[in-house]
Amino acid sequence: MLNILVCVKQVPDTTVIKIDPVTKTLIRTGVPSIVNPFDAYALEQAVRLKEACGGTVTVVSMGPPQAKEALKECLSKGADRAFLMTDRAVGGSDTLATSYILSCVYRKLGPFDAVFCGKQAIDGDTGQVGPEMAEHLGIPQVTYAVSVEYDGGELKVRREVDDGWDVIGIPTPAIITVNKTDELPRMATLSSALEANRADIEEIHCADVADMDMDRVGLKGSATKVIKTFTPDRTKQGVKLEGKAAGDAAKELVALLADKQLIS
Amino acid sequence: MKEFQAYQDIWVYLETKDGELRNVGLELLNPGRRLADATGEKLVGVLIGDGVAALANTVIAHGADRVIVVDDPAYGWYETERYTSALEELVARHKPSALLIGATNNGRDMGPRLSCRLRTGLTADCTELGLDEETGHVAWTRPAFGGNLMATILCPDTRPQIGTVRPGVFKKRPADPSRKGQILAETLTPAAPMSRLLEVLKKDMREVVDLENAEVIVSGGFGLRAPENFSYIRDLAAVLGGQVGSSRAAVDAGWIPQAHQVGQTGKTVAPKIYIACGISGAIQHLAGMSGSDTIIAINKDPEAPIFDVADYGIVGDLFEVIPALIQELQEYRKRQ
Repeated sequence: MLNILVCVKQVPDTTVIKIDPVTKTLIRTGVPSIVNPFDAYALEQAVRLKEACGGTVTVVSMGPPQAKEALKECLSKGADRAFLMTDRAVGGSDTLATSYILSCVYRKLGPFDAVFCGKQAIDGDTGQVGPEMAEHLGIPQVTYAVSVEYDGGELKVRREVDDGWDVIGIPTPAIITVNKTDELPRMATLSSALEANRADIEEIHCADVADMDMDRVGLKGSATKVIKTFTPDRTKQGVKLEGKAAGDAAKELVALLADKQLIS
Repeated sequence: MKEFQAYQDIWVYLETKDGELRNVGLELLNPGRRLADATGEKLVGVLIGDGVAALANTVIAHGADRVIVVDDPAYGWYETERYTSALEELVARHKPSALLIGATNNGRDMGPRLSCRLRTGLTADCTELGLDEETGHVAWTRPAFGGNLMATILCPDTRPQIGTVRPGVFKKRPADPSRKGQILAETLTPAAPMSRLLEVLKKDMREVVDLENAEVIVSGGFGLRAPENFSYIRDLAAVLGGQVGSSRAAVDAGWIPQAHQVGQTGKTVAPKIYIACGISGAIQHLAGMSGSDTIIAINKDPEAPIFDVADYGIVGDLFEVIPALIQELQEYRKRQ
């Protein structure tokens, strides 16, 4: 049996974000909010393990009330229960503070045998919350997992490294961050979607968590401070060969490259 | 503002694999050197592994003033807890002001574990490093939102300041074998591991794609229309002695393995020549290749954003342009 906590984040779909050409800022209106894709893979792995060994899958997210939509999606795709950590006091948390808060939530909702997270969220792209949560809890971690098995004793995790994979054995409880896996996240069925939509997602506030050190949450608990954001300007004034036959354009390009001694 | 006088020197963690230096550590000695020169601190390389002591001279040749070496069979395999504890102990002994770690899978596994243990700030996946003029803290700049936005981040209240830095962003300084430096061997008590290595599975070497060290990369995108058309990309790459890259669209379509993906969620690359074929130039792709020395774009759509970042662009059908280009390159060689 495995009781698994899956941490998910609701993120803007960064693949459809556009930059306002005049103000050079992100246009966020109309951008759909989705379950962070790597978290969806993590959920799928957790649900598969539950189906194979028995147990439960609990999902938790931290964010504003609208993140309940993401949690409902997780319920429709195999999670048994869902909680939203939401509180004004947690706003502005960096990964150190976020992971601390989630470790408090783990203690409140636990015990668990494993925590699954996506390897990183596609908005922040840090990949730090999982390992930091493991450190707060003093439990082992495996990052960049592409498959997870459980034989009743330890978790056996295939972890991606540059030239292949390490197969790692870890005792429970442990935190595993999941990369894209061969098993695609399942689709909800009509009935599971309807049922999830009716579900009442329980909110957790800081006051509900015993012993939460409020100096360690929000901006106050964050060790990093963002001092500036800007949109990168990568434009160059290059040479564009247009309206030419392929052979002529190729000839011209090779001459240009040869001129700059870029080819030999 | 807090005083951090006890914390001195810029550290670069030099990741090793099978007793050899990973490139990213040597790359980080370059921005590390700049930071150390600007603050008047020493640049210190940190080498941990089994049989790694002989690598210290290479680290000095690439710019370090000092190398801290922990050479012990206990560190033969990267184990999270063992390595984290080793760095924790070295930080406690020497108190660096900043620590740069390569943003490899292992670097991004250890970085957050270490920074959390030290209760300090960690900035992930940086692509620019500097000093904040006002405060003198390290200014870590990184892409977010799929590369649409850059953020500059400080760690103002705690030390050391830690960041992971993307491989392929900075170039190695040329080695100077005449450089002198100090080598400091440290002995540590290895921490009990929390996990164990059961098996090592190596990829078929033909599948190992070394984009980060390639001098030429030819990348294909959705404009190829079908997986078999990557043959056009491979042929052009072969003529130029380059590696094959791809956009996320082509990877998501299942046309080519993810190891080839260039971009925010793939590899960051900075080759001498980058040729984008049938790639529109989504921001997430640009975030991974705009540091290339010379960018060439081939695309049918004259409005494709890839042309904005290209030094040379050909508006045309890649199925005609690539064969013509291969022919021209071969004829050019014959004339030489």
